[in-house]
Amino acid sequence: MRSVVLTKGVPDFREGQVSFDEDGHLERGKTPTVMNPNDKHALRAALQTKVRHGGTVSLMSMGPPGYAEILHEGMEDVYADDLYLLSDREMGAADTWATAMTVATGIEHLDETPDLIFAGFKTADGETGHTGPQTEWCLNINDALPDYPLITHVVAMDIDEDEGVVRTKRLVEGDISEIETVEADLPAFVVADPEFEATYRKADHRLRHKDFRAQTRDRAAEFAEYLADDTDTDPTDFADFHMWNHEDLNLDPDFIGLDGSPTIVAGVDPIPKAPSEREATMIEPDDEEGMEEVFEQLQPYAAGD
Amino acid sequence: MTETPTDEYEHYEAVVVGAGPGGAAAAAALANHGVETLVLERGVDAGSKNVSGGLIYAEESAPYTIDDLFPDFREEATERPADEYYIHNVAGRNVKTFDLNDIHHHDTEWCDSVLRRKMDSWLAEQVHGMTRETGGGLLTNVRVNGLLREGGEIVGVTCDELDPITADVIVAADGVNSELARDAGLMDWEEPEEWFQGVKAVVDMDPDAINERFGIDDDEGVAHLFAGDLFDGVRGGGLLYTNEDSLSIGTVFHLDSIAEEKAEPHELLDSLLTHPLLDQWLQGEYEEREYAAKLVPDSKKAAHPSPHRGRLLLVGDAAGQMQAQGPIIKGMNHAVTAGGLAAEAYQEAKARGNPTNAGDLYEQKLETEGVMKKLRPARYRYSRPVSESGLVTGLTNGLLNSPVGTAGLKLFGGLVERAFNSPFMLGMIPDTRFSYVTMPTRIGEVLGTPVTAENDIEPPELDERIGDLTYDVDDPHIEVLDNSFEASGTAVTACPVSAKDFGGGCYREETVQTNGGEQKVVSLDTQPCVECGTCAVVADTHWEHPPGGKGVEYKQG
Repeated sequence: MRSVVLTKGVPDFREGQVSFDEDGHLERGKTPTVMNPNDKHALRAALQTKVRHGGTVSLMSMGPPGYAEILHEGMEDVYADDLYLLSDREMGAADTWATAMTVATGIEHLDETPDLIFAGFKTADGETGHTGPQTEWCLNINDALPDYPLITHVVAMDIDEDEGVVRTKRLVEGDISEIETVEADLPAFVVADPEFEATYRKADHRLRHKDFRAQTRDRAAEFAEYLADDTDTDPTDFADFHMWNHEDLNLDPDFIGLDGSPTIVAGVDPIPKAPSEREATMIEPDDEEGMEEVFEQLQPYAAGD
Repeated sequence: MTETPTDEYEHYEAVVVGAGPGGAAAAAALANHGVETLVLERGVDAGSKNVSGGLIYAEESAPYTIDDLFPDFREEATERPADEYYIHNVAGRNVKTFDLNDIHHHDTEWCDSVLRRKMDSWLAEQVHGMTRETGGGLLTNVRVNGLLREGGEIVGVTCDELDPITADVIVAADGVNSELARDAGLMDWEEPEEWFQGVKAVVDMDPDAINERFGIDDDEGVAHLFAGDLFDGVRGGGLLYTNEDSLSIGTVFHLDSIAEEKAEPHELLDSLLTHPLLDQWLQGEYEEREYAAKLVPDSKKAAHPSPHRGRLLLVGDAAGQMQAQGPIIKGMNHAVTAGGLAAEAYQEAKARGNPTNAGDLYEQKLETEGVMKKLRPARYRYSRPVSESGLVTGLTNGLLNSPVGTAGLKLFGGLVERAFNSPFMLGMIPDTRFSYVTMPTRIGEVLGTPVTAENDIEPPELDERIGDLTYDVDDPHIEVLDNSFEASGTAVTACPVSAKDFGGGCYREETVQTNGGEQKVVSLDTQPCVECGTCAVVADTHWEHPPGGKGVEYKQG
């Protein structure tokens, strides 16, 4: 099984990592970029496929050269045999449509046609959930590639190699209370739901999983040496990392990046601050009377019962 | 299950359940013989479910020691060597210290203090590497919950997390609360007198402070034991071992005595921690890293003389192979030997074309290699009916307290110390109050000198100790079958994370209104359970372990 997993770098929205300015706008420079958390579920689904059926897992993204770090994160935290970054100034500021075109072309340029393509359920920043399905659409209009039936909201999956089909459990209407079983011919395009859970009921599978995790951690550690600031080597010197620009992919700059994006962003609203759930009274430390009040209020709780 | 033919199950030549020292030794020895071996451990990490007082021995007479099987063991997995060994006979503030170096070093190649999380996880890493080469390997987070049978024969194991697995040989090294030993009908959880309960605190201490306070160097260590009147008459004693940057301080008591005296184990531990004698080492500082508890089988009564059934071989605590005779407490070394012998037995049986004979061979090897002799000394069996009878205890008590006895002690103090150091005498020590309490107390009174120091440290309360432990709580794994106070009330006091009038523990006492009266019952909340198994013995319960990776997770052990 040849699997390709698509991912994107997003701001790390976790408490303590994310930074907003006074107006509630995201401070991009102060907020670290991480692999889109939902895409890790997709990567876990691909790893499960490899554990059960063998093959390779490739991780692909489109973005600036710094996104090598994002691919490294996926390799380290979950699994990847090799990494592909589609990177070019001409690809910048793309909407989901231009991204899908670019990514589909990237897939076409792989030396082996994938049996399974995985995407996560929407990104933490854009939250459109479009890029996966749009990529699938672009693949289907591409004569060089086979058709990929699309299965979304997948929470569990298995492959019947003899029958050449993938069997999945998916959420109907994105709701955990209603699950349907969907079967599709391979190759197929799977969008993993955040509820996706890999299952390993055989000792042999768990042992292989353990082996693969050890291997991918070692591989990631090696890649990290190429990524380090103080090294003379270029990330692309690492044998399992491939970076392709628009010429490599033979893409017309007019159809990718900002120029190829029909979407127009009309404006960005700041994220409203969550309303306080409790009534709060502000007291300055040098306000003696106020502080007296605070101690009085706290005392009954400090007594221990 | 029976309608599924065996050939549909996953199969390994050997399955080892539990990655403690017994399981690790068995798996390493099997792997050395080229046997495809799968090791299944229920903790998130090997050692996360394990506790021991903390000394591992390598005996000169043992056919397998841990460093035979894992050459870097002492370097990588232990804390400090236990070079010196003392017992303190305590009577109030009076203490008489005996040097037990002779018995400690008798048949001892080396002896080191250990913390089980570090030790077992290191072993597991080695074992995984060794077994993976045979086509097997080691998996954590997998709880084996029973035996797989076909036509009444044991053919494999069943698990919470995996489909059933068949094997040609199954080594149950799943510890003191072995679910496999019980499934096979080889061990039970009935008699409190067959068990000890150990409770331990790992106490943070800077290595330099340890060196200075114990008068040792970085690569040296000390072991101290405590007996006498500091435990309210409960039969047992205390221990203190030096680790690299911590102390292991614990207490071990006969479970029947804890039950009878309605003793609170955490309070008994505190009695030791706060005794003036310990001030020389604690010096007013006390930071507890971890509170832990475990049951310990008393091999004199519980070591199974024939620990196998069909393809199943029991190793270590699962087989009751824990030697506690007076001041000698040896468990892990016997588990290692048993693990090695189990592997050897399987290999030989297989070479003779009859692998099903492994169990019988294993039993023979335990005898011929002298393991059973250490675990169940004949001297104890023969002398027990006399020495543990009330009449003799009464007589010896009377004698010891008489002017004649006192004079004798004074005259022969050195002789008593020598008797403690005799492996022959120790094999006969009766499990009575006389040995654990009366005798040491009398020695302390008559021969001891008073400790003048004050020990004002304050050990944590039980709720803090529970709060400091790490849990991944799952559905309740213990069910109280009879919640009447008569049947299960002892658990309220005997459980190391419960106490009378304490609401935050596992067991609590409740009064319920019934038709025309009141009834005392117990209720159970398994959330703070440390899986020691005490309540399985002293209360009427259905007791299982939590699924793989769930329940308590020891960081020290």
